Amino acid sequence: MTAAVSKGARPSLRHRLADRGFDRILLLVLPALTFMLVLFFYPAVYGGVLSFQPLGGKGGPFGDYAKFFGDPYMRESIWNTFRIALPAALFNVLAAIPIAVRMRGRVRGKRTMNTLLVVPISLGTVLVSEGLLTYLGPRGWLNRTLMGLGIIHQPIQLVHNMWGVIISLIITGFPFAFLLTLSYISGINPKMEEAASTLGAGPWKRFRYVTLPLLAPGLAITFCLTFVLAFAVFPSAVLLGNPAGDSHVLAVAAANAAFQQYDYPMASAISVITAVFELLVVALVLALRSRLYSGSTAGGKG
Amino acid sequence: MPKATFSELRLEGVTRAFAKSVALSDLSLTVKNGEFVALLGPSGCGKSTALNCLAGLLPLSAGTISLDDRRVDTLAPERRGFGMVFQNYALFPHLSVRRNVAFGLQMHKTPKAEIARRVDAALNLVQLSAHGNKHPSQLSGGQQQRVAIARAVVMEPQVVLMDEPLSNLDAKLRHEMRGEMQRLHRELGLTTVYVTHDQEEALSLADRLVVLHDGRVQQIGKPEEVYLRPVNTFVADFMGYRNLLAMTADGEGAGGDLHVSGLGMSLTARHPIAGDARGAVTVAIRPDDLVVGEVEGNRIDVLVQSVEYLGKDFELEVQTEQGARLFLRTSEHLSIGQRVTIGVRPDRVMVYS
Ligand SMILES: Nc1ncnc2c1ncn2[C@@H]1O[C@H](COP(=O)(O)OP(=O)(O)OP(=O)(O)O)[C@@H](O)[C@H]1O
Ligand SMILES: [Mg+2]
Repeated sequence: MTAAVSKGARPSLRHRLADRGFDRILLLVLPALTFMLVLFFYPAVYGGVLSFQPLGGKGGPFGDYAKFFGDPYMRESIWNTFRIALPAALFNVLAAIPIAVRMRGRVRGKRTMNTLLVVPISLGTVLVSEGLLTYLGPRGWLNRTLMGLGIIHQPIQLVHNMWGVIISLIITGFPFAFLLTLSYISGINPKMEEAASTLGAGPWKRFRYVTLPLLAPGLAITFCLTFVLAFAVFPSAVLLGNPAGDSHVLAVAAANAAFQQYDYPMASAISVITAVFELLVVALVLALRSRLYSGSTAGGKG
Repeated sequence: MPKATFSELRLEGVTRAFAKSVALSDLSLTVKNGEFVALLGPSGCGKSTALNCLAGLLPLSAGTISLDDRRVDTLAPERRGFGMVFQNYALFPHLSVRRNVAFGLQMHKTPKAEIARRVDAALNLVQLSAHGNKHPSQLSGGQQQRVAIARAVVMEPQVVLMDEPLSNLDAKLRHEMRGEMQRLHRELGLTTVYVTHDQEEALSLADRLVVLHDGRVQQIGKPEEVYLRPVNTFVADFMGYRNLLAMTADGEGAGGDLHVSGLGMSLTARHPIAGDARGAVTVAIRPDDLVVGEVEGNRIDVLVQSVEYLGKDFELEVQTEQGARLFLRTSEHLSIGQRVTIGVRPDRVMVYS
């Protein structure tokens, strides 16, 4: 006691730092931080800087940006990306909700179902695209079955256009959205729905007024993650889509700039544009999310 | 929602089995309109199971539940109209206190003005009018508890079910809330089935007690019946008969009195519950029924082993010459090592075969 008093009324530096959340355990994040700086931050900054240095200095620092927005074909790639990524991400989240609602708690065959759903994630986009190409193609099983049943007379075109890309994004993105949603929904105390039922709420009202509001913040995060994954679509856009036409997405445009025209600054500029649009959507969703209740879902006992 | 009336809620053979165990077996009980019934028993005895079956949250494995002649056990909880206060409140964390309380009325499409009026009245009743716009996480445990009660009673349900509503509160608040429960029941006259593992709470609140053990009903009766005349050693133990002694019945004496002996004691019991008049029996005596000094011929000579001061009186652990330990409560100041004679009224000696 006396020692502390003789040092003056100020608590020691260590205590003051600990008060603000700095302590020695925090040092453990240093390796991860270094990793982030070297592998992520540095390339990002490097690319960002590079995008303001067009080849030959044409058009000043914003030359490549002006060129991108000045070229209708290039500009169109923004719209193409949104047209593919938004429906895919929305579908993934919306389809995950009812299934996750059914699968929470103890359901027979849950583990098998989860395994089946995780497989596409581990297969990787290229393999999935190859598979879809033969399955959905004009001579694939799907078209042959539908024609055999007389439901259609002409093969429907599901590959080499944006539909192929969207379908592949659903196949690889849905398991991801589902597992996330399932974990959010499992965190909601089922007693609350029981309480709602004793207060006269049927299944739909319980979902609408209790589960959904508590799930919504998690759904926002799930949407952001699947959207970001879909927005960066590349292999399936090339393999399953029409990379010169309706699947000429931002990643394809950037890859073309880098590897066909060897214009790295242009590729960097396109990447920066991709990041900006992605962040805009994420920021919008998170802003909406912040207006929702996002506290504990454990059941109102604190 | 009109306040439907009924004259009795009848449970017949209500049974609930889980995969490996039977959590509740053969519960039969009739609750009169306006009655306050407490289900009492130790942890895991099936109290919550019984309540969940009543509310419709758990389907029955066997048995029926009916309101007068109308069977309700096949109705979904939302159509049964029984209010429920959950063991852990289960308030809606995303809604304010007011909207929590209004939830049920909104589900029933009650007009806005009426919702406002009834929510005000309910919040007033539980003395939370000042906290209507807070969220549950901003309330203390006791306040959350009262929101849970308001949320259930605002519906004026035909039957209100409460699952250990006071178990998460500290001793002082629990005592206060006990008073409020009494007041609420008096003011609203709601038929109540109340679950608790606290015998004091059950005794002070209920018109009738149902003591459960391992999913089976042990005794149903008025508080004083269960307290003074437990039907078996389990109920006796649960109701605070701390002295459970293995003795031998020597046969009936004059006027239906029963003599029991053993462990260096010889006692007279005036008690109708005894099965066989001879043979091995368990004798149950409450610590506060043992008094210093001989009583009607019942005398035990003991040595004081330990003394615990409890404020109003003392709890003593004493030992007979044969080494049997007894607990007694007395206001007399005795010290460790003292030899005393204690006694017990014959009608306060319970004998179970
Ligand atoms: N979902 C379930 N599956 C299997 N067994 C269960 C389930 N719910 C309860 N049980 C069992 O049923 C028995 C009674 O449980 P219950 O919850 O009714 O006890 P309780 O009397 O309310 O206890 P407490 O005072 O601890 O709340 C327990 O042995 C418990 O293990
Ligand atoms: Mg319980």
